[in-house]
Amino acid sequence: MRRIKLNQALAYILLTIWSVIVLFPLWTLIINSFKPQKEIFKDPFGFPKDFTFDGYIAAWKTGRFDVYFTNSLIVTVLSLTLILLVGSMAAYALAKWKSPAANFLYVFFIAGLMIPIRLGTIDLVRLIKALNLQDTIWSLIPVYVAMGMPIATFVLTAFIKELPSEMFDAAKVDGASEWQIYSRIVLPLMRPALATVAIFNMIKIWNDFWFPLVFIRSEESRTVALGVSLLFGQYRTDWTRALAVLSLAAVPLLILYVLLAREFIKGLTAGAVKG
Amino acid sequence: MSQTISSTKRSGGMLSNENRRKITWMLFLLPALVIYLTFMAGPLFDSLRLSLYQGEGYTPTKFVGFQNYIDLFTNPLWRGKFFGAVRHTFIFFGIHMVAQNSLGLLFANLLSSDFKGRNFFRTIIFTPATLSVLVTGFLWTLILNPNWGAVNKILVAMDLREWALPWLGRENLALPVISLTSVWQWVGMPTVMFLAGLMGISDELLEAARIDGASEWDIFWKIKFPLLKPIIGIVAILTFVDNFNAFDVIYAMAGARGEPSYSTDLLATLFYRTGIAGEHPVGIPNMGMGAAIATVTFLILMAGVLLWLYLSRQQAAEEA
Repeated sequence: MRRIKLNQALAYILLTIWSVIVLFPLWTLIINSFKPQKEIFKDPFGFPKDFTFDGYIAAWKTGRFDVYFTNSLIVTVLSLTLILLVGSMAAYALAKWKSPAANFLYVFFIAGLMIPIRLGTIDLVRLIKALNLQDTIWSLIPVYVAMGMPIATFVLTAFIKELPSEMFDAAKVDGASEWQIYSRIVLPLMRPALATVAIFNMIKIWNDFWFPLVFIRSEESRTVALGVSLLFGQYRTDWTRALAVLSLAAVPLLILYVLLAREFIKGLTAGAVKG
Repeated sequence: MSQTISSTKRSGGMLSNENRRKITWMLFLLPALVIYLTFMAGPLFDSLRLSLYQGEGYTPTKFVGFQNYIDLFTNPLWRGKFFGAVRHTFIFFGIHMVAQNSLGLLFANLLSSDFKGRNFFRTIIFTPATLSVLVTGFLWTLILNPNWGAVNKILVAMDLREWALPWLGRENLALPVISLTSVWQWVGMPTVMFLAGLMGISDELLEAARIDGASEWDIFWKIKFPLLKPIIGIVAILTFVDNFNAFDVIYAMAGARGEPSYSTDLLATLFYRTGIAGEHPVGIPNMGMGAAIATVTFLILMAGVLLWLYLSRQQAAEEA
């Protein structure tokens, strides 16, 4: 009994140390973004005494954060909608169509889990140019939808396969078409799995830096990640502004995470832990 | 006669029914397949083809066979940087494999017993995984700043001035430090996966071992660890795939050229400079060579995945 208590105390100590290592950088990021540069250097760990919004005002004025946020939001929402729609339709067929073709396609989709889409970037650059989409946010959406297919088909197919087959049989006896079964029965039941897929992809897409870096130049097409990297480069020596920029990028998702921690954790580990 | 007719009729009807079902399923699959083929599988395979060509700009048209690969492996202009990038990529992955997954295993084990605040700690450990890699990288460059950063300030305050190093400025230091930053961000992933595995181990089994007087150390290594093997396998392959193509953290902390003097250059940064941005100061991308670098990365990844599949099959066969 005593030994267990001792172990428990050790667990608390180790976990607390790591929690400090995790939270301390985030804490200093946010509080220092409200301090003038001098105070950051003099007293980096305390509450701001000389409270200022200058960093945020400057970041908002020089960088068009309103534009970046709108772009990231449009790209993320449209990509997610398409991933869920297209992915769930495919998953329904992959789960219920008993044929060698379906088995092959399942493996073909899942293989994408192991191969990063970035390796095809050179050809994607040419393709996006050929489609005349370069330097627009529309270049990102099809790429993200393709990138989301492996995880969507993986998670959703597994989910549909576990639904009781009597349900499908009963619907068929009643004369329902596959489309009706999909849209009226499967889709509503799939909500938890769809949420998992949505969160997994939302974090990936919102935080993606590679494709905006490759496809996009002009101010009006920048996403948050790209805007942050360019502004951070400009502000490297002005820490108040640099920290304000980083906070602007980090805080929205952090708030969402605090509200939905359980779903986020489930979503981000969806590739490995089923259900 | 009438029997034959009716049976042909029936089988004919079934065939068309069967075909109709086939078409229905194909329609369900079509949108996903078109997007996946056009924007993922197609470009990937076309990159393999492109690696056999040379030429400036967006359409390398001169077929050169394996010349890009020969240059990459033997030409002094490429060889050093290429093998450097391969080595650094393996080091980067190795540090994640060891540090991230050991820490993950430790945290999962600490979190697996029922105690107050467990969910709280789990939530905190996972928090950095929701941040953008870019933001994490930039934030840590500030924290690790040799003059003004928090790390060196704390070290100086603790009278450890000789330990207050230029963390990102030294060639032998920058890559491990950047890797550990990335470990800081991602350690929540193996933690959660291992935790899920540990929760599946029956309490009676562990309780029985405790009653028999086994220490927690023994219980971990003799009971929990062997039962976790399948999950360790999954975590290992995910660590490999996720880190073998890392780019953002290097770009944020060491720039696209893997400063200082290419000591943190990974395959992905080399790929970016060569095939997409173009080497300074010319700035013209060499797409054929970039495709060759992507192909080599692809082949190493495939080799790793196949090796993993082989090993995990063997393991499963042993256990069966």
